[in-house]
Amino acid sequence: MRWIWIDKFIEFNSGSNAVAIKNVTMAEEHLHDNFPGFPIMPECLMIESMAQTAGILVGEARGFKEKVILAKINKAVFFNFVRPGDTIKIHANITSIAPEAASTTGKITCGDETIAEIELMFSHIDQNLGGKQFPEENFVFTDLFAVVLRASGIEAPAWGVAK
Amino acid sequence: MAMTRDEIFKEVQGVLVDALGVDEEEVTPEATLMGDLGAESIDFLDIVFRMEKAFGIKIPREELFPAESLVTNKEFISNGKLTHQGIEELRKRMPHTDFTNFIEDPAVSKIGDLFTVDALVNFVEGKVK
Repeated sequence: MRWIWIDKFIEFNSGSNAVAIKNVTMAEEHLHDNFPGFPIMPECLMIESMAQTAGILVGEARGFKEKVILAKINKAVFFNFVRPGDTIKIHANITSIAPEAASTTGKITCGDETIAEIELMFSHIDQNLGGKQFPEENFVFTDLFAVVLRASGIEAPAWGVAK
Repeated sequence: MAMTRDEIFKEVQGVLVDALGVDEEEVTPEATLMGDLGAESIDFLDIVFRMEKAFGIKIPREELFPAESLVTNKEFISNGKLTHQGIEELRKRMPHTDFTNFIEDPAVSKIGDLFTVDALVNFVEGKVK
């Protein structure tokens, strides 16, 4: 399984906001277990889809130079289930961005319905206040994400393959 | 019109309730952000972002939470405690902070206790004046 929970960006405004879509399908193995006879997209994966949408938005704002890591879930509220056959839209907005971190707000919609409201914080971990060192290579932005960006008509640098 | 200290406190209280998921009554003036309210490093940045929005001010990180760069300097630290020079330097960098208790045992591990709710209110008061 590839850890990608968005299919495509349909809007991308650098440093500001983005919208990605995900098509939920019975071909996803985990839906058969979550739950047997009642397949729904796990809420934690909705948070991950927002983390990927917002994280790429934050990364792009700094030319993908920073290692953007999900550091805090400020809010995650869910209003309804997402089922196989649904297409969800993941809307992310940058509310603050600084050398060390960024915060984002966003919602997930299905049709006209709001499914979730999710607010996240990301750390640019090389700029952490504790001065901890991390590997030089950018292990966050790999070709896995580049494929999604290019498929969405968004320019992506040549990244390494995920290790 | 300038905000009163009480108005600033209320706003800071709201910021901390949202950022740290604590109850309003826990956010007393003397509460420490890390010890009493459970703030971690990422929360400090969250608090900075929220305070910038709440008060319409710009907060350089170094100004509000300047201790990190100081503790890596050997002149300022000896045996896990701040030297006289270190304390003076920290005082200069954190003019909005009450050092009375800290001076009795200026251990590096206690620097976190300097970040109280009151210190945040003092900081904002200095900024919005």
